[in-house]
Amino acid sequence: MAGTAPTVGHGGEDETRRDFLYLATGAVAVVGTAAAVWPLIDSMNPSADVLAASSTEVDLEPVALGQRITVVWRGKPIFIDHRPEAEIAKARAVDVASLRDPATDEQRAPRPEWLIVIGICTHLGCIPLGQKEGDPRGDWGGWFCPCHGSHYDTAARIRKGPAPKNLYLPPYAFKGKTVVKIG
Amino acid sequence: MSYTPGNPVTRWIEYRLPIFGFVHHQLVDYPTPRNLNYWWNFGSLAGIALVIQIATGVVLAMHYSADSNLAFDSIQQIMRNVNYGWLLRYIHLNGSSMFFAVVYIHIFRGLYYGSYKTPRELLWWLGLIILLLMMATAFMGYVLPWGQLSYWAATVITNLFTAIPLVGDAITQWLWGGFVVGDPTLKRFFSLHYLLPFVIVGVVFVHLWALHVHKSNNPLGIDTKGPKDTLPFHPYYTVKDLAGLGVFLLIFAAIVFFAPEALVATINNEPANPLLTPPHIVPEWYFLAFYAILRAIPNKLLGVMAMFGSILILFALPWLDTSPVRSAKFRPIYKQVFWLLVIDAAVLTWVGANPPMGKFVLIGRLATAYYFLHLVVLMPLIGWFERPRPLPESITTPVLKEGAAAGGAS
Repeated sequence: MAGTAPTVGHGGEDETRRDFLYLATGAVAVVGTAAAVWPLIDSMNPSADVLAASSTEVDLEPVALGQRITVVWRGKPIFIDHRPEAEIAKARAVDVASLRDPATDEQRAPRPEWLIVIGICTHLGCIPLGQKEGDPRGDWGGWFCPCHGSHYDTAARIRKGPAPKNLYLPPYAFKGKTVVKIG
Repeated sequence: MSYTPGNPVTRWIEYRLPIFGFVHHQLVDYPTPRNLNYWWNFGSLAGIALVIQIATGVVLAMHYSADSNLAFDSIQQIMRNVNYGWLLRYIHLNGSSMFFAVVYIHIFRGLYYGSYKTPRELLWWLGLIILLLMMATAFMGYVLPWGQLSYWAATVITNLFTAIPLVGDAITQWLWGGFVVGDPTLKRFFSLHYLLPFVIVGVVFVHLWALHVHKSNNPLGIDTKGPKDTLPFHPYYTVKDLAGLGVFLLIFAAIVFFAPEALVATINNEPANPLLTPPHIVPEWYFLAFYAILRAIPNKLLGVMAMFGSILILFALPWLDTSPVRSAKFRPIYKQVFWLLVIDAAVLTWVGANPPMGKFVLIGRLATAYYFLHLVVLMPLIGWFERPRPLPESITTPVLKEGAAAGGAS
């Protein structure tokens, strides 16, 4: 019939048009859903007040030689070690290439007498022992993690046990002679 | 098979919403293999354990404060001041152990009688999804009292995600809502601990839906052939399930009333201290085997992968097991090897409870190796070379023949 021919032609056009509309609607739906879900997901990230409390100043004047103190930065314990000469020498005598996470003592502690590290084991987040008198300090005289047995040396480098990395260094800068700003 | 209620009110409802007919077909005249043994009780027990957890949990949530400054004290408030608070909390606390015990037996029953084999693969998968949801729920519930172990369990477990290359740290901070486990973490864990049990209820319904398509497997592992092989669910199995429930509740009550703290580490009665890790951190008993697998591997990322892999591999079990015979009853070799896996799980649990030192390192590694060897190597191999014993024609045939023989002898 005469009437059918144009409809067939139209049908072909209609199909591409419908495909386009179908895909365009689908794309808008996907982008729209993603945009709507993002606030839900992002609300779980650290909030503004948590981010704001992100620097700590410490006066190192009262810390005696050989003393280790713990301060809190972003809720994490920061180990500050006023290292005696012997400990520095021990940390520098190591063959860096033999370490699991190679780093020189100079990189770990730019001011050699002050070692400042985040006191959280890089394995599964426990707090290593060694800050208090009488704590076990591990086979290398640094820190020892009681959870799964990681040993750290006097530059807080991983020497034995399951932890993959050295204790992390927080960002810090000395302000004047004895004040350090962490964060 | 259509169902017409006698009562006119019920009939009026039934015409508009056929709910009574549905219950009748699924729970009353539902055809169940007539040879189910007591190992088939544990599915319904798991359902009851879930209901107990939700009922006690909803009430406990009315007294609990999800705030890191108040959480620990609100638990003390529940234990000392709230009417029957001690009872509700001890039921909820030990209920999780009962729930896991029952579910683990339910899973091992499925393993022994081949309940995961065609056409019940999806049923098996849904069960594993329920297990994963249970683990997440139990872990987050353990964090809520905000004791020392609560806090450090949360720290160690969330730190597992730092093992993910590149994005691990970002994901972990997102999970925490901060730079360490803290108040935001506690609040979201409480929210999810309340939500997930209802997700479990949803998956349980789909699990039952899949179950009711091909009906229960049975100790012989052969399909039912007609009404001779089945019994109506009510009263036969409602009564059998109730008998099992009685035993379950006896044991449960014995723990709640006579040893409610037997499974609780005393250190969790100390409030959380983010600056002091307790010397010996162990999870609850139902996670120890997985914890042992995590620690068996000296590489952080591989250890985490092995731990998650130990459950995920069970999803492939319907295809790893190459034997066409379901029940271990007719599989002379698998029947014995099955018990090696049970022993292996027990050894892993024992190793997980001990510090990773000395002999425990070696035993833990051997047991981990056997676990994967059993599933990936032994299951396919045994299916190939094992010669199964002949299967009976139907569930009733061997019984009727033996009956006839005995009758003839007398």
